[in-house]
Amino acid sequence: MLKKRIIPCLDIREGRTVKGVNFVDIRDAGDPVELAKKYVEQRADELVFLDITATIEKRKTFAELVGKIAAEINLPFTVGGGISTIDDAALLISAGADKVSINTSAFKNPGLITDIARRFGSQCVVVAIDTRFTGSDWMVYIDAGNTLTPLKAVDWAKWAERQGAGEILLTSMNADGTKAGFSIEVTREVSSSVNIPVIASGGAGTMEHFREVFVKTGCSAALAASIFHYGEIPIPELKEYLSGKGINVRR
Amino acid sequence: MIALLKYNAGNIQSVQNALTHLGYESIVTDDKEELLAAEKVIIPGVGQARSAMKYLAERGLDKLILSLRQPVLGICLGLHLMCHWSDEGSVKCLGIFDAAVKKFPPFDKVPHMGWNNFSALKGTMFRGVTADEDVYYVHSYYAEISDYTLAICDYVLPFSAAMHRDNFYAVQFHPEKSADTGVRILRNFLEL
Repeated sequence: MLKKRIIPCLDIREGRTVKGVNFVDIRDAGDPVELAKKYVEQRADELVFLDITATIEKRKTFAELVGKIAAEINLPFTVGGGISTIDDAALLISAGADKVSINTSAFKNPGLITDIARRFGSQCVVVAIDTRFTGSDWMVYIDAGNTLTPLKAVDWAKWAERQGAGEILLTSMNADGTKAGFSIEVTREVSSSVNIPVIASGGAGTMEHFREVFVKTGCSAALAASIFHYGEIPIPELKEYLSGKGINVRR
Repeated sequence: MIALLKYNAGNIQSVQNALTHLGYESIVTDDKEELLAAEKVIIPGVGQARSAMKYLAERGLDKLILSLRQPVLGICLGLHLMCHWSDEGSVKCLGIFDAAVKKFPPFDKVPHMGWNNFSALKGTMFRGVTADEDVYYVHSYYAEISDYTLAICDYVLPFSAAMHRDNFYAVQFHPEKSADTGVRILRNFLEL
């Protein structure tokens, strides 16, 4: 039985983890490699590293970090942030990333998804979609959520799949940071309209929220950041809980 | 020395990292002498079957692989290449395993991506591994079950999670990305 995946997301700035973390037994919480190893021990299923500096001059620092992560952990991981050309993707994949996540650049350079998929395989291409409910529809936002596009999240996801995306990372801007639960409606809508896996993101605050998104939508994975980093929800406890509720997770 | 076959596929670095962690020296090479002399050969990879077979044939590496007598491990695409045919680009493959590689029918999400377990574990490759352990898969094509199947995974339909014939071993999942369980399976192969 294929398991539902639990994915911690780490924000990186200039090679360091940004959000505070409170693992008591970690030497340097700002060191992404240390934190990643901690998550391997906790039996996280995958990791996502987002480079939030993502300026051209800092990209090399990130690629070096990706190499260090790949050398130290034996879990699949995705990297994202500022990937706008196939060369950017190639640099990170050759450094050891399993997948790259692209967002605004998939919109601005429509050939990029196909280019990466042709060269490295669809399984390498995660298309990240930031979406917000505008009153009538769940619309796509780009430029780190600053620019509204005329596209609906569902249509954009379907298009990305046709271009060769292997996975969708769907973040609800309405839910993100609220800890009030994942946005069920859009997650359900998107995951039922594509035949590639969808990662639900934004809004996780309790263990019940994870159960809800897995039961009520067809998503394959759920992503969260601060609740894991601050130890509010330890991953082993979350998996114990989900398993008790009949959801198949890797133990 | 462990040789990792160098060809037009990705994910070779991760396998090499895993070997380093286990204390094995390895080289990434397409040099025939080095491949023949290696203690073991690993054919890793994420890629496309047709372009991979073309690459191997152009360099005579297809025949060389068939002549290897040391233990050989194919991972993911490596397993597909060891079968006799792949629907991925409709290409004749190495034919070590008399099984065809087909695309998953779209009854569920494709690629099959994530952690899944296996059953009917046979042979030394799975020493110390139980059927409730999970390993990491990411693939859109699968190998049929055949006489060479060592372990079965079920996703959409039952398929070969691992295969074995003589000195040739192959796994559909990625042991190098499968945490402790993957380490154990890799070590079992390296200790053959």
